[in-house]
Amino acid sequence: MFLVIALASGLLFGYGLALSGMLSPAKVVGFLDIAYNWDPSLAFVMGGGVAVTVVAFHFLLKRPHPIFGDKFYLPTRTDIDKRLVIGAALFGGGWAIGGLCPGPAISSLAYASPKIAVFVVAMVVGVLIAKTLFPSKS
Amino acid sequence: MENFTPYLSLAGGLIIGIAATLLLAAGRIAGISGILGGLMPPAPAADRKWRWLFLLGLIGGAVLFPIMGGDISYINLNPYNFSDEMHYGALIVGGLLVGLGTTIGAGCTSGHGICGLGRMSVRSLVSVCTFMAVAGVVVFVIRTVMGG
Repeated sequence: MFLVIALASGLLFGYGLALSGMLSPAKVVGFLDIAYNWDPSLAFVMGGGVAVTVVAFHFLLKRPHPIFGDKFYLPTRTDIDKRLVIGAALFGGGWAIGGLCPGPAISSLAYASPKIAVFVVAMVVGVLIAKTLFPSKS
Repeated sequence: MENFTPYLSLAGGLIIGIAATLLLAAGRIAGISGILGGLMPPAPAADRKWRWLFLLGLIGGAVLFPIMGGDISYINLNPYNFSDEMHYGALIVGGLLVGLGTTIGAGCTSGHGICGLGRMSVRSLVSVCTFMAVAGVVVFVIRTVMGG
């Protein structure tokens, strides 16, 4: 059951990304480009997504167990540390340069562009470098 | 603002929120960088099958979109009109930074954004504000250097 849900969630997520405009780096950069030619569309993606999760998660997380599964796997840390901020800053820089974050990058493999493939390979290499050189202690 | 698509973007965002809710109903956070990172060592191998299926679905959803009548002609991979060489360079540098940053900072637009903000996590709020601010500054610098 869990595996079916993982696949279904992925399918919905990918469809939502394609519908939302997030698969276009030009749209992402347009959202970030407040000074020159701002396209606020992606605020509606984040706004719509969080509007759902903030309500649904509230009720789901009141339960002792998930509906389909034995336990919730949630982040436990609550402190603001250097890794959180430095990591987010590096990510923000890469997002601006390539116009892709991890979800849209992987989802866009659907359209078989060599440019997307290059980005995804570089991203996986980045993950491996970070896991090797800067392993998290928690 | 000629490319403004509030309704499609809102609809897409709502679907993404429902997808994240579905996965949390099975106990997991729909953070793409976390799901991807869990496929690599030192993460346990036994935990990998659902991750592959989710990522397969992520690609499958984008495959289905145009088949079900969606328009993907809006996709433009090269927002700064870089030359081909420059663009490949930007994608390599961008990809490396995204991989490094999301691993060190434990999340991306989905994990910290859609899910972390949904859980009202302060760490995620700090992350989202940081990556949005840095991304905004970097876009401004590139646009300015490229001539506005």
